[in-house]
Amino acid sequence: MTTTLEPEATTEAAEKPAIGSDRMRVDAPLKVTGTAPYAYEQPVEEPTYLFPLVSTITRGRITAIDDSAATALPGVRLVLTHANAPRIRVKTDGALTILQSPDVHHHGEFIGAVVADSPQVAREAAGLVRIEYDEEPAELGFGIEHPGSFEPRRVNAFKHGSYERGDVDTGLDEGIRVEADYTTPMEFHSPIEPHAVTAIWHDVSALNPRATRLTLFDANQGPGLLGTLLGPVLGLLPGQLEVISPYVGGSFGTKGWPQPHLVLVAMAAKLLPGRAVKYAMTRQQMFRSTGHRPPSAQRIRLSADAEGRLIALDHQSWAPTARTKVFVEQTVSATRMMYDVPHLRTIHHAVSQDAAPGMFMRAPGEFTGMFALETALDELAVATGIDPVELRVRNEPEWDPETGKPFSTRNLLACLREGAARFGWADRTPPGEQRDGEWQVGIGVASATYPNQHFVPNRAGIRFTEGRWSVELQASDIGTGAWTILPQIAADTLGVPVDRVDAEIGRTGLPWAIMAGGSVGTYDWGDAVIAAATKFRRKHGDSPKEGAFETAAGRLPRGARGYSRHSFGAHFAQVRVSTVTGEVRVDRMLGVFAAGRIINPRTARSQLIGGMTMGLSAALHEEGYLDERFGHVVNGDLAGYHVAAHADVVGLEAITVEEHDPWFGRTGAKGIGELGIVGAPAAIGNAIFNATGVRLRDLPFTPDRLLTAWG
Amino acid sequence: MTGHEVGVRLTVDGTERQLDLDPRVTVLDALRDELGVTSVKKGCDHGQCGACTVIADGRRIVSCLALAASYDGAVVTTAAGLGTADRLGPMQQAFAERDALQCGYCTPGQVCSAVAMLEEARAGMPSHVSPDVRDTDVDLTDAEVRERMSGNLCRCGAYVNIVAAIQDVARATEGGAA
Repeated sequence: MTTTLEPEATTEAAEKPAIGSDRMRVDAPLKVTGTAPYAYEQPVEEPTYLFPLVSTITRGRITAIDDSAATALPGVRLVLTHANAPRIRVKTDGALTILQSPDVHHHGEFIGAVVADSPQVAREAAGLVRIEYDEEPAELGFGIEHPGSFEPRRVNAFKHGSYERGDVDTGLDEGIRVEADYTTPMEFHSPIEPHAVTAIWHDVSALNPRATRLTLFDANQGPGLLGTLLGPVLGLLPGQLEVISPYVGGSFGTKGWPQPHLVLVAMAAKLLPGRAVKYAMTRQQMFRSTGHRPPSAQRIRLSADAEGRLIALDHQSWAPTARTKVFVEQTVSATRMMYDVPHLRTIHHAVSQDAAPGMFMRAPGEFTGMFALETALDELAVATGIDPVELRVRNEPEWDPETGKPFSTRNLLACLREGAARFGWADRTPPGEQRDGEWQVGIGVASATYPNQHFVPNRAGIRFTEGRWSVELQASDIGTGAWTILPQIAADTLGVPVDRVDAEIGRTGLPWAIMAGGSVGTYDWGDAVIAAATKFRRKHGDSPKEGAFETAAGRLPRGARGYSRHSFGAHFAQVRVSTVTGEVRVDRMLGVFAAGRIINPRTARSQLIGGMTMGLSAALHEEGYLDERFGHVVNGDLAGYHVAAHADVVGLEAITVEEHDPWFGRTGAKGIGELGIVGAPAAIGNAIFNATGVRLRDLPFTPDRLLTAWG
Repeated sequence: MTGHEVGVRLTVDGTERQLDLDPRVTVLDALRDELGVTSVKKGCDHGQCGACTVIADGRRIVSCLALAASYDGAVVTTAAGLGTADRLGPMQQAFAERDALQCGYCTPGQVCSAVAMLEEARAGMPSHVSPDVRDTDVDLTDAEVRERMSGNLCRCGAYVNIVAAIQDVARATEGGAA
């Protein structure tokens, strides 16, 4: 069996549109043979290897460093500490301001590095560096009504910290009331490719401001944004920092913003000009300094009339944030627009602590808050005796209750109805009635939503060389399918078959584009690609000259801000719960999503089932333990931090309903990368209730939770 | 480097390679750092994720837990030895067609693991979910494939597609080689 990496060019005109056609992932042949070069794998001459020094205390001050044994080891090139580190003058990001003083801000903080001729020697030498500290008491921990909490004005994605409408307190005194607290744990992105970078500080004249000073072969979600944010911290002008990241081994947020190890490696490279410095992070180091989804404690109080129509809803969240850098998930944000509730209060509370900063992780906020909201809705269904699907139908708003704007498209009910029909929802029985040997069986439902996250205009270019068109922009494909779908988007506008269109992405020097984050890639990059292709065809026609090139910017459609723009979906899950061990197995799961026009059904389905799989993983396994005495993550590797394995994922399917949303951009597409995870744990938890009659309000649903509930 | 190198001979994807190695070097690091064979990936270095799976002397191993010095003389096959980008092996072709990958970083390990796993099943090796461990005629159900592949983590969540790809190959090559 064979396949061709670059199919033979065909000259027939495109008979059917490339957008919407099923297309094999174009980078699949490289990836299944292991020959797609990731960051660490880019060939460089005579590399050196870095191993970091990390703090073993949580808060305090370094008082002495003895590197004599390390420097005596043959092959050691550099011991980097705050004593010899280059100065950072632009302190835009507290997490990146490392090695500027002897102060320690969290356990596992980068406080130095050893660079040597081999990775083995670098690691050995790092272990020989003796560091003494003056330790200071650290503050860790948070919870509902934490006395030290504050209310941030804005949270992640520029969402308002607090929002209120109507008269919540009066509304809560009416009708049927549900009140409960929910928690979600610290979670780690855990892409299978650890963060990795190769840095080369070029030995160029300071008199030439245009020359590239630093080249980074890096694993990130977008070289454009990374360079824009990191350059100033390293004292580099635009154009002096070259970032190359054609293949990225997963991310889920952790490779979105520049992380502190990039500063560490760049500093080492600056002190070793001309030499490549390579660093592949260990799995353990990833749990200390590459961000995480902060844990949350949430309180929901709601009331509804006898028909299940919501009267009032109060949803508040508490979450820890690092002292060095504030990051607060928009946990209660989706509650503001999800259902038709006249009286609403939503507040984010944050608690500063001496821990590593959090970082947006797949559907930050929506994942966290919708777990609580969709579980609370199920509790309301029980309290009112109304079917959970019907309950959501009864609370469907006509327009966005937060903004008063119409929804651009909102097919939540279509997702719920389609899913209910396909899943066999009508056969659902009351809690605790389905039994299969030692197992109790039940089904559950939850809604999903994810907002439009358009922030800035993107640019794209179209180039024609040697009979082929190329789409160029600073996008990254972190597994999403960008390599595959960007040519599909361009082909229809160019009026050429998709197999004559390539993509060139994953490096600076191309038209600037935002990172692969916020699920914006397809619609934001895609809009820029259509703009560039339109301009290219207008200027160069269907027979362009060799080397023809045009760029253009995407834009928000005129009038788009008059609409509330979100993707929607519905999850259905069937679980088995062992009455002996409390183990939960997910036997089947169906996600139905309304996510605008689907550019490539094959890669779109993969993204959606990928999100659902991560949601299943969060429901059953994922839980990072921060030791509040010592400030370290106790289970900081993949043996201790469990993610779903093959055996966990059984009958899982995702489908989409027909939709075209013109208000996200000219592709008609909406975001799908994060939608699939939102609500998935609530559907599983609601299924556990249907199976057992036990309500679990704390993720993950490990056996001990059920055994404790059973007593 | 340390003055204590050991000589190691490995046949990697059909090519014999001679190395003088720091005795702490694993098969994984020897392949990636010394030989530039990057079709094998490092995900955890502790045998927890399976990204570094290669086939050594016919058996799948996590190469991060294998010291190169202990594998002197071994025949090692990585994903790059199972096919090339323009001439994929059957398992690789099935992975591509089923979209059994996203970021692609666990994929070479999944492919190596799957190929060796089918051989194990054909040889009659039981798994934790086999109804009868004495029965050497393994019925390779989806549950069997999932169980036998559970040492290879995929964080992008391509599991359902990976199982489908493996079953395509298992059915197409019953009695033959993958």
